[in-house]
Amino acid sequence: MSRSIPTMNTLKRIGAAALVAGLMAVANAVPSVADEDDLWPGLRKELYGAKPILEADGAVTLDAPYRADDAAVVPITLRIPASIGARAKSLSLIIEKNPMPLAATFTFGPAAGNGEHVISTRVRIDMYSNVRAVLETDDGALHMDTKFVKAAGGCSAPALKDAAEALAGLGKMKLRTLETNQTPLTQEAQVMIRHPNYSGMQMNQVTGLYIPAKYVESMEVRRGDEIVFTMTGGISLSENPNIRFTYAAAGDNTLSVVAKDTDGKTFTTRQAGSGS
Amino acid sequence: MIASKSLYPASDVSLRTLPISRQQFLVGAAAMAAAAFAGAPAAATSAQGTDIHPVEIAPGVFVATGAHGVYAPANGGDISNKGFIIGDTAVAVVDTGGTARVGLELLRAIRALTDRPVGYVINTHMHPDHVLGNAAFRGEGVQFVGHHKLAAALSARAERYLSYNRDALGAEAFESTEIVLPTQPIETVTTIDLGGRQLRLEPHRTAHTDNDLTIRDSKTDVAFLGDLIFAGHVPTLDGSIRGWLTVLGEMGAKPARKIVPGHGPAAMDWQPAATPVIRYLDAVASDVRQAIKAGRTMRETIATAAQSERGAWELFDEFHGRNVSAAFAELEWE
Repeated sequence: MSRSIPTMNTLKRIGAAALVAGLMAVANAVPSVADEDDLWPGLRKELYGAKPILEADGAVTLDAPYRADDAAVVPITLRIPASIGARAKSLSLIIEKNPMPLAATFTFGPAAGNGEHVISTRVRIDMYSNVRAVLETDDGALHMDTKFVKAAGGCSAPALKDAAEALAGLGKMKLRTLETNQTPLTQEAQVMIRHPNYSGMQMNQVTGLYIPAKYVESMEVRRGDEIVFTMTGGISLSENPNIRFTYAAAGDNTLSVVAKDTDGKTFTTRQAGSGS
Repeated sequence: MIASKSLYPASDVSLRTLPISRQQFLVGAAAMAAAAFAGAPAAATSAQGTDIHPVEIAPGVFVATGAHGVYAPANGGDISNKGFIIGDTAVAVVDTGGTARVGLELLRAIRALTDRPVGYVINTHMHPDHVLGNAAFRGEGVQFVGHHKLAAALSARAERYLSYNRDALGAEAFESTEIVLPTQPIETVTTIDLGGRQLRLEPHRTAHTDNDLTIRDSKTDVAFLGDLIFAGHVPTLDGSIRGWLTVLGEMGAKPARKIVPGHGPAAMDWQPAATPVIRYLDAVASDVRQAIKAGRTMRETIATAAQSERGAWELFDEFHGRNVSAAFAELEWE
C-alpha cells in the first residue's frame, strides 16, 4: 500500500462540502501561468515525507498536451522503459492544482512483466497546473517526471456532452486487446467503464445543487490469476474512466478486471487475451 | 430592460434608418422577390462597438450576423447570428447574442422597425454566445423558449459561462449579463402563433448539443437552424457526432427554402450550407473510427484526424482538437 491512500481517505472524509468550497475558490480564479509553484513542497511532504525524489532521470516519462483541448478529458501517457520495468513498484499521477491532486496510483503486480510499462488515461485539470508522474522502484527510490498543462475548468465541467447518457449504462465495461505496443513479450489492452466519476464540483442540472462526489476508487486487473496492476483512483480521473496498459504475455492471457466505486458498487469484466 | 438605463442614457438612443446595404441587397435579391423590402430594412447603431445590423432575409424575417471569433474585446461578444420574426401581433427573437449589451442592441434594432411586443425569446441551444443577451428582453409577457433540456444544460454551465466570458471581455462590456433560463420548455414539435404566421419549433436529439431547437417560419419557409449549421466558422461539437449527422440527414429530406446558420451569412440555401458541415463531421467520424480501430490513443488522434479540413474553416485551431477529443470519447464506445 502506498502512502498516498491516507491522503485520499482524508479527502473523502472532508467530503463534498470541501470540494464545493474548492470549486468556489477556483471558479473565480483567472487561469494564469503557474509561477514558481508553492503547492508542490507541501504536497510532496504529505505524499512522500522527506524522501529524495530523482527528477527527470528517465525512469519514468509523462506525456501530456501543453494545451489541453478539453480540460475534462486530458489524455496522459506514462512510460517506464524496459530497463526499469522489472523494478517498477508503483506509479502515481499527480495534478498539482486539482482539489484532489492525487489522480491515481498504480501498483504493479507480477503480470505487469519485465518489459516497458505504458499506461494511458484521461484526467480532469481544473486550472493551469504541473502534472507529475512519480515512480517508486523496488529499492524504494522515487523518480519523477513533470509537465505543465494549460487547461481550466475540468473538474466542474458537466458530466458528458449528453447529460442523460452520463448515468445511463453506469457500470458498462469494455475491455479489448490492442495491436499497438506489442512485442512477443508485451501485450497491450484497454479497459473502459461507463461511470460519471462525479467530482463533487458539478451542478445537479435539475436541482441546482452540487452532486456529491461518486467515483471509481479502485480497480484490479489480472492476467489469469496474476495481478497486472491495482489502481486507486479519485475525482481527477475523467468520467468514463479509461485506462490503457501493457502486460506480460503468458500461456493464459485472459484478462479480468474488478472495479469498485465509492457507493460500493462492483463492476467486473473479463476477456480472453490475444496471443499466447 | 433595467439594464438599458445604466448602459444607454436616453440621449444615446439615436436610431436611424440606413439605406439598403450591398449585403442586404444581394441576400435579399437572391432569396426573395423585391417585395421582401416592402418594410424598409433598418439598422441600429450605437457608440458601444456592438452595432447590430439586421438584414431582412425574407418578409418580416431579420438576421444580424456576428464576427467569427471567440469572446474578445474587439468583438464585444457579438460572435453569433441572431434574428427576429415580426408577426401581426408579436415579435419572436431567435437567439440574443453573447452579452446583455448585444441583446439590448438587438432590441433597439427591433424597436426601430416595429412597436409590436416581443412575445417570445427563443434560444436555439445553450451556448453563451447565443443566450447571454437574454437579459435585455426580460419583461412582462415575454416567454423564454428553449429545448426541454436547455434549462438543465445551461444551469450546469452557468457559472463557467459567466466567469470565463466576463474575464475574456472585461466587466464593462459584460455589464448586466445574466443567465435567463427558458420559461417554456419544448418537448415535442410545437407551434407558436405570431399573428399571420406560425413558427414551428422542433426539439432535436443530441447533436451539436443535447438541447438543439430549430425554428421554421410558416409564412416564408425560413428555418433558423442554430449551430446545427456553421458556415465559415468551424463546427464545434458539444453533443454527439453521430446524432448531429443523423439530424442533418433527416433535415436534408425536407429542407426549408432558406436557412439561417448559427454562424455565417444571414441566409443560405440548404445544400451549400449543409454540405460542408456534413463533410467535416464525416471526416472527423471516419478518421476517429479508423484510429480507434488501429488502437491509436486519443492524443495521437487529436493531432492527425481530419487534417484535410484545416484549410476549409476559420478557427480550426481553436476548436478542431476539442471536436476530435469529443468524437473519440463518443465513438470508442461503439
